[in-house]
Amino acid sequence: MSVMWAAESLQALSEQKELEDLPKDYPSSTSEDEGESNGERKHQKLLEAISSLDGKNRRKLAERSEASLKVSEFTVSSEGSGEKLVLSDLLEPVKTSSSLAIVKKQLHRVKSKKTVELPLNKEEVERIHREVAFNKTSHALSKWDPIVLKNRQAEQLVFPLRKEQSAFAPIEHVLSGWKGRTPLEREIFNLLHKNKQPVTDPLLTPMEKASLNAMSLEEAKVRRAELQRARALQSYYEAKARREKKIKSKKYHKVLKKGKAKKALKDFEKLRKVNPTAALEELEKLEKARMMERMNLKHQNSGKWAKSKAIMAKYDLEARQAMQEQLARNKELMQKLQVTSESEEEERSAEEEDDFVPDAINEVQMTADGPNPWMVRNHSGDAKEAEIQKDPEKLSEPMADKASESEEEERPVEEEEILLKEFEERRLFRKKSGLNQDTEPVGRQETKGSSTPEMLSELRTLSQKHNKKHQSRKQKVSSVKAVMLVQREGPAEEEDDPLLLQRPERAKTLEKLEELGKEGYFQNKELPRPALKEQQLERNPDNQPGAPKEKKRKEQMIDLQNILTTKSPSVKSLVVPTTIEVLEDEQERDQKQMIKEAFAGDDVIRDFLKEKREAMEASKPKDMDLTLPGWGEWGGLGLKPSAKKRRRFLIKAPEGLPRKDKALPNVIINEKRNIHAAAHQVRVLPYPFTHHQQFERTIQTPIGSTWNTQRAFQKLTTSKIVTKPGHIIKPIKAEDVGYRSSSRSDLSVIPRNPKRPTICHKKKQLKKNSKD
Amino acid sequence: MKVKMLSRNPDNYVRETKLDLQRVPRNYDPTLHPFEVPREYVRALNATKLERVFAKPFLASLDGHRDGVNCLAKHPKSLATVLSGACDGEVRIWNLTKRNCIRTIQAHEGFVRGICTRFCGTSFFTVGDDKTVKQWKMDGPSFGEEEEPLHTILGKTVYTGIDHHWKEAVFATCGQQVDIWDEQRTNPICSMTWGFDSISSVKFNPIETFLLGSCASDRNIVLYDMRQATPLKKVILDMRTNTICWNPMEAFIFTAANEDYNLYTFDMRALDTPVMVHMDHVSAVLDVDYSPTGKEFVSASFDKSIRIFPMDKSRSREVYHTKRMQHVICVKWTSDSKYIMCGSDEMNIRLWKANASEKLGVLTSREKAATDYNQKLKEKFQYHPHVKRIARHRHLPKSIYSQIQEQRIMKEARRRKEVNRLKHSKPGSVPIVSERKKHIVAVVK
Repeated sequence: MSVMWAAESLQALSEQKELEDLPKDYPSSTSEDEGESNGERKHQKLLEAISSLDGKNRRKLAERSEASLKVSEFTVSSEGSGEKLVLSDLLEPVKTSSSLAIVKKQLHRVKSKKTVELPLNKEEVERIHREVAFNKTSHALSKWDPIVLKNRQAEQLVFPLRKEQSAFAPIEHVLSGWKGRTPLEREIFNLLHKNKQPVTDPLLTPMEKASLNAMSLEEAKVRRAELQRARALQSYYEAKARREKKIKSKKYHKVLKKGKAKKALKDFEKLRKVNPTAALEELEKLEKARMMERMNLKHQNSGKWAKSKAIMAKYDLEARQAMQEQLARNKELMQKLQVTSESEEEERSAEEEDDFVPDAINEVQMTADGPNPWMVRNHSGDAKEAEIQKDPEKLSEPMADKASESEEEERPVEEEEILLKEFEERRLFRKKSGLNQDTEPVGRQETKGSSTPEMLSELRTLSQKHNKKHQSRKQKVSSVKAVMLVQREGPAEEEDDPLLLQRPERAKTLEKLEELGKEGYFQNKELPRPALKEQQLERNPDNQPGAPKEKKRKEQMIDLQNILTTKSPSVKSLVVPTTIEVLEDEQERDQKQMIKEAFAGDDVIRDFLKEKREAMEASKPKDMDLTLPGWGEWGGLGLKPSAKKRRRFLIKAPEGLPRKDKALPNVIINEKRNIHAAAHQVRVLPYPFTHHQQFERTIQTPIGSTWNTQRAFQKLTTSKIVTKPGHIIKPIKAEDVGYRSSSRSDLSVIPRNPKRPTICHKKKQLKKNSKD
Repeated sequence: MKVKMLSRNPDNYVRETKLDLQRVPRNYDPTLHPFEVPREYVRALNATKLERVFAKPFLASLDGHRDGVNCLAKHPKSLATVLSGACDGEVRIWNLTKRNCIRTIQAHEGFVRGICTRFCGTSFFTVGDDKTVKQWKMDGPSFGEEEEPLHTILGKTVYTGIDHHWKEAVFATCGQQVDIWDEQRTNPICSMTWGFDSISSVKFNPIETFLLGSCASDRNIVLYDMRQATPLKKVILDMRTNTICWNPMEAFIFTAANEDYNLYTFDMRALDTPVMVHMDHVSAVLDVDYSPTGKEFVSASFDKSIRIFPMDKSRSREVYHTKRMQHVICVKWTSDSKYIMCGSDEMNIRLWKANASEKLGVLTSREKAATDYNQKLKEKFQYHPHVKRIARHRHLPKSIYSQIQEQRIMKEARRRKEVNRLKHSKPGSVPIVSERKKHIVAVVK
């Protein structure tokens, strides 16, 4: 309403302005027009107006023609001439005198300026204020939107949101703040405070403490600097250690170990030179450590690490090596006199898991021959061992033999190692060949002709060996066979994939090819296919049923043919009564025909009947067979309980009520619905779910600890809101969620005398509003 | 020949120390633990039943006032302290742990209309029918001292409510207009008014602390901005709003307790449609207070009951009543969100548990796990009819029960009439108004 009013007032104002722009002396008063009696005067006026149009701007004073109550001495009647005094009239006399030019100019300027608009009324202003303020506030509030949303969707909210720092006030502070109220209390307090006896720690008075604490400035500074330095150093070391600990590179650790060993050795040398007895002691210590090591059987293959390595050994070269080294170490330790090997590499990697024995022992052995006589004793034997171990790639039969000779228990382990090695080699080789394949996928058949067969045969032998060792003791026969097989396979491999370890697949592909060939889609090649196929069949007894399969497929084909040739069975609707059909005109019949043709394939009615039959079958009560095989007679594989017994223990199901849809051919009434269960079932899909499957899935996933691991259970059952008992939860703060607080002070902004924005600005807004 | 034997690694079953837990090997193969849904369903049902069995929310009644309790206030720093003002001008401070009154002040003549604590907890303010605002020290007077207020402000008109700013030494009173006072001055630093009816309550926003909300007896709720010293917006409802309460976790949400038995939760940026209409009371709602977690609120009603509503649900989750509790005038949710206090006409303050079946005190970890699991089960199977029926069932006093029935019938009749009108009139001529918009008369800018 008020907007409208404002607009109207504006309109009025502008109209007034327009009026002013009309010819100056044009009478515009309306008061004179009234009444019949002054018609003559009107006429007079009109004449005057016409006469004034001829250019001469004659001005006539209003004449008083009748009695009036208000008569002014300046001959201005209350009625007036209807003329308004405008600025230009005032300016006219000025025109002549040039001295007043400045004033004239000023007046002109004033004239060109528009009049100041009326101020809005108070209500309007307030309204605009409110609107602006509201917009500002709601804009400020919208910064909370993301936080509110986040909190609403949060899986878990822990209150209080911000952890309070528990402030422990020392009892002295508490007591100092407390003042006695009663006179007695005050007296006691005064007594206590007179000598400033401390309340809790009654050993030192403040004075004493102060004297104790006194320390010269320089001293304090030095001490501080020292402490600072120490702290810095410590932090550096810590950082360094942390960094080094993180390094996973084996090589790095190797180098590190080596360096350490060297250093230890050097130290030992120095010690030997300076203080032989101490060195000897050191050595003894080392020896003791070794004995301990030997006693605790740490290097048996039973540790967690070793077990994990054993699992990984199949796939990982490094793990295998580590295992080997550990075994070697074990062997060394177990042999009392044959001490340790010289090879440093073994030693180092073996010691990755036990830093118990420092490397110094071995080094000493190599370098120093004087101080410890038992160390030198078995040097030659050690060397041999080392030689063997240095070249693990060449590890082969003789080595294994030797091992078996020396220790029979170790034999299986050794064998396994060899096997592993072979396996690894083969794997490497396979990789390589695989790479080759990748690089030359085209024209592979031609290029590989010469090289692959040999490699392949090698591979075969290797694999066979492996198999042999894994399976049984009848190696020889199988190996011979394998060789033969490989030889036979030769040509086949030449033209096909060189690495056919997955035989069944290949056989399948061949079969397919053959089939294709038979059907004439594929031109026969001059390859020795039949022979090949036979071989394959020989090799893979699993693939024997291949032939029957083929037959089956063929039969299927034929069946398909049959289907295609025979006409589709005409569909007769059982439901549609024939009488109506008679009445139908041709068009409809056509349409029906069309529909029939369109749905010729799917026989809806038959399907329905079948479905119904099945439903009936399913709903029929079943007989109960309570016969227990072997109860009262012999039982076992292939034996059936006797017919008599079966008859005796078969409980016939009682004939239930007739089906409700028995007489209704077109209907299946589901009688399965269990009323008792339905009482427990959810009838309507609850709100947040959009599909019943969603809901079912949530119900079906159990959350109890019976079905979930402890961790999962805990995670599934976390409560949405966690509050701590006895903690005050304060309203959320902008600082809590990382926002700057909204204002320095709410109060500081309150204006004592709120300054109004300029009216022009408001006017604009107003106009906008009125447009709306 | 190698003999293979069964062997076990003792590491798998021997404890390292006596204090270690026994290792219980478990097989999580689902085939070994069948019927998970039925089993969990039964567990959920049992949990729901047990929840009802253990639902004993009433903790204590604090008696001592000699007239109806008109207003309550929480202590901002101490959970155990609560202040109450009565209709005979008496203010009492209570200790909840001991459940006794620790201080009594004859603060005003006539009603104590409003009471609020300072944010630091050192003093509190009261307004009464004797046109005064008084500030009191929280600690009692020392020996031999007179019990008298720190400051007293004499006003020209009756103040009907008071609330303290959450951070600064400023408080707001309401009556003929909303006044904002500096604690050190005897004149308001600014007065805001919009309309001429008396304002019944004023509340500061706890998050954006410069915002205020008030409700007047000419059925409107007005929002103010203290910084710009101007009202912001006004919404006019069907009936009078008794009080409002801001959500302490969501800056722009507040809930209004209305005379038309409903509560309305508004987003203050969009006042034309409430976010939620909460209905369950059968008489005027007199007071409302949010849980400090901001997820729920409690409302006190003239129908002699208090109800707990989730913020985003239109129906209450809990109703508390006792035989002796009369019209509940004021209600507060304690700042640890565990308890609810209500003051009623028959001079008592009652202490309730916020979760009726919650076990108080320290829980062992197993107890906690069990309650958590039960809670989740109840949530999971809440839509199943039997669970739902048991969980929803509440005993109600006959008066409330019959009124609910009556109102249901009335509502149904109204709805039917509306549907009929819609059916028998030209399409489009009768507008369909949603329940939310139905109660909003206008929003004044």
